[in-house]
Amino acid sequence: MRIGVVTFPGSLDDRDAQRAVRLAGGEAVALWHGDHSLDGVDAIVLPGGFSYGDYLRCGAIAAHSPIMSEIIDAANGGMPVLGICNGFQILVEAHLLPGGLIRNDHGDFICRDQKLRVENTDTAWTSGFQTGQEITIPLKNGEGGFIADQETINRLEGEGQVAFRYLEVNPNGSANDIAGISSARGNVVGLMPHPEHAVEEGFGPDTRAAMRSGTDGITFFTSVIQSSLLARA
Amino acid sequence: MPTIVVEVMPKAVLLDPQGKAVTGALHRLGKSNISEVRIGKRFEVTVVEVTPEVLAEVQALAEDIFSNQVIEDVVSVTAV
Repeated sequence: MRIGVVTFPGSLDDRDAQRAVRLAGGEAVALWHGDHSLDGVDAIVLPGGFSYGDYLRCGAIAAHSPIMSEIIDAANGGMPVLGICNGFQILVEAHLLPGGLIRNDHGDFICRDQKLRVENTDTAWTSGFQTGQEITIPLKNGEGGFIADQETINRLEGEGQVAFRYLEVNPNGSANDIAGISSARGNVVGLMPHPEHAVEEGFGPDTRAAMRSGTDGITFFTSVIQSSLLARA
Repeated sequence: MPTIVVEVMPKAVLLDPQGKAVTGALHRLGKSNISEVRIGKRFEVTVVEVTPEVLAEVQALAEDIFSNQVIEDVVSVTAV
């Protein structure tokens, strides 16, 4: 499976996302924000970082970059799209996901290994998890507070579009402890924590078994590959 | 060349962490008369000519790009 990872000016975690794709058994395809080609990929990752320096609003300028018109069409056509951190901010600014991200309620940048509960396994990127499964993946952001009007929050909760919820600590003041959401059809998923930083022993969060041994993030990437294979079968 | 000023503020019902941090700093400086500071953005858009059409275009830009209507309000679009 070919999974495109878009590099915007200011993307930091594009190489990590490409590596996660390869470790999951996929073919990572580097895509450039200024192009209009998706290079025949089967799924897309919008990586973390600070696209366009976070000027105007996080993700706002990237949402209008050339490749986004193709990505918006592809996402609306059902292609799996994962937005991680700044990628999540790009997805909400592009209106592929509802709500918005505002500065953390405590005002500080935060970096921690974050425990999450997987709330929805009926998406392209979460099908390999168990409903209610608790996972730990790194979180690092300054503007990660998820907000939306009450009607939108009620709809997300009622339709099962809350994909991940923060456990133990709400690190940024997000409404209803929401860490990530999905589109109505489940192909588009966005979250603030970084699954691509928890894909290989030796480089992930600490676990009870050993330091840096957490690999809960790899399931995002194996899920999309598995669900794509099932869709073709 | 004439300028159109667009002012954008975080929605009143939402927390404004930047404003909250500044309010806290002012209180620490003893400025007890100031109860709250909220921080928004001002855009100065230089145009060739101000016409009703240009104003409408900037109003649309203000709502689509200068602000995110989920988290912000366009307070004013004014030719100066």
